[in-house]
Amino acid sequence: MAPPRKTARMAAPVGGGPLFRPALLGIVLVATLGVLVAPLAVIFTQALAGGIAVYLRNLGDPATQHAILLTVITAIVVVPINVCFGLAAGWAIGKFRFRGRNLLLTLIDLPYSVSPIVAGIAYLFVYGAQGLFGPWLQEHDIKIMFAVPAIFLVSLFVTAPFVAREIIPLMEVQGTDEEEAALTLGASGFTTFLRVTLPNVRWALIYGAVLCNARVMGEFGAVSVVSGNIRGVTNTLPLQVELLYHDYNVIGAFAAASVLTAIALATIVINVVVERFADHARSPGGGH
Amino acid sequence: MALSFPWERIGLQRRVLPGFRLALGITLLYLCVIVLLPLAALILKTTDIGFTQFVQIIGSPRTLAAIRVTLTTAAMATAFNAVYGLALAWVLARYTFPGKRILDALIDVPFALPTAVAGLALTALFAKNGWFGAPLAEVGISLIYTPVGIAIAMAFTSLPFVVRTVQPVIQDLSSEVEEAARSLGATDWRIFRSVIFPTIFPAFLAGCSLAFARSLGEFGAVIFIAGNQPMRTEIMALLTFIRLEEYDYPAAATIAVTMLFGAFIMLLITNAIQAWHLRFVGRGD
Repeated sequence: MAPPRKTARMAAPVGGGPLFRPALLGIVLVATLGVLVAPLAVIFTQALAGGIAVYLRNLGDPATQHAILLTVITAIVVVPINVCFGLAAGWAIGKFRFRGRNLLLTLIDLPYSVSPIVAGIAYLFVYGAQGLFGPWLQEHDIKIMFAVPAIFLVSLFVTAPFVAREIIPLMEVQGTDEEEAALTLGASGFTTFLRVTLPNVRWALIYGAVLCNARVMGEFGAVSVVSGNIRGVTNTLPLQVELLYHDYNVIGAFAAASVLTAIALATIVINVVVERFADHARSPGGGH
Repeated sequence: MALSFPWERIGLQRRVLPGFRLALGITLLYLCVIVLLPLAALILKTTDIGFTQFVQIIGSPRTLAAIRVTLTTAAMATAFNAVYGLALAWVLARYTFPGKRILDALIDVPFALPTAVAGLALTALFAKNGWFGAPLAEVGISLIYTPVGIAIAMAFTSLPFVVRTVQPVIQDLSSEVEEAARSLGATDWRIFRSVIFPTIFPAFLAGCSLAFARSLGEFGAVIFIAGNQPMRTEIMALLTFIRLEEYDYPAAATIAVTMLFGAFIMLLITNAIQAWHLRFVGRGD
């Protein structure tokens, strides 16, 4: 129903001239080939520069294997926690009005604007030897800094807004009518959340979780401050890429990078599909 | 769609839904432990340092050079994205062409690709024997290990901000005003300048400020291509990291707090622009 109206509107659109349109389109497409496509292509070209056998041997390297494992474990720990946080924040901020709501929204956005390096250092001053809890942690022989827990913590910080920012506006738009109806019909609060609210936000939830996952797996700056870069112990995949590169194992570095690139491309494809589903789910209601 | 009751419009909502306290409690606790506690610890650490030492660290030639390099390269990256990002948003919002969906999906590559991988790829492209580096070397230009190289890395990682903030606004432009202007005999350029650009300007500015803020803090993508030469191609994030590796915690904390302060300012500016933008949009209704 939208397209015919669109064409009628676009009868004489600005920038649609017979010379201007192809020129602008051409420049933008060529620029995009250089800016966005070439970096992706160069990673796979370099990774496979030594042939497929060398590529597979590089991926099979024990340190790289361990880095992949640690990266996956970090995502398994961090993503569900931030999904739960996103749902709690969505419920509180999206479904209710209260004083300080905007301040809370700004607070949730904060990790977006803080440099990952700053985040890493901030955590060092909490759990490191010079930090707030450092002496206490040392006394009780608990190791957080330069160990796996620190990697989890900074990843939680960096990706805290990802799910919440997808859920909050959606819950706000959806309002509370459906939930109120369910409650009136005698459903418990928890059942209402599970059977009414959760299905309504499922696509936004998946979208946010996939983005969160990509960022967790790819985080570099914050993790490199707190991990201590111990080979085969606290090296995540992005750190392994840098380590191999500085060891002059360029093909190995690109092989490890190609795994991360594949994850990034999968992220984009999944989210394009999810968006399609979300649009589909939205259209029968016929909002606008 | 949803009926809004008068008490909702004035911001008073009857709390019939359960779980407000629980959800708000979890949200606040989590934000305090994960976000506020570390940032507070960092600020607390800086107060230990004392004012004179703080000024000494910030005023040292190497720190000042790092601040200058970071600001100028971030400005270069933002200027590039202002032009290229606006063109991309325009093309995606107003033209139909084969492969449009692919182009639209490609815009998210810099968000999805780990910064270290982006840095590695850009370094390979602009190296002397790289796809872009080799032809540039023939005409005597080398961008790798220069401030321009840093700007390239920053531009790559912050590109989606401008596109994704401007694209929906161009899409929502009402054609009536445009047609009215045309019927009055205005040229395309005149309509763009006097009608379209003022409408998309707040969103454009918000996108640019987001891109600039992101560039100021960028680390992973930059360190590969920058060469990291003190005074010349050393950004603030890297200098912080180096001070940390030297166990110079006061210096690391000082520069980190300065970056945090810069991030706060950028956040305030972006929020102010977005509030202005909302008023702007609201006026159209």
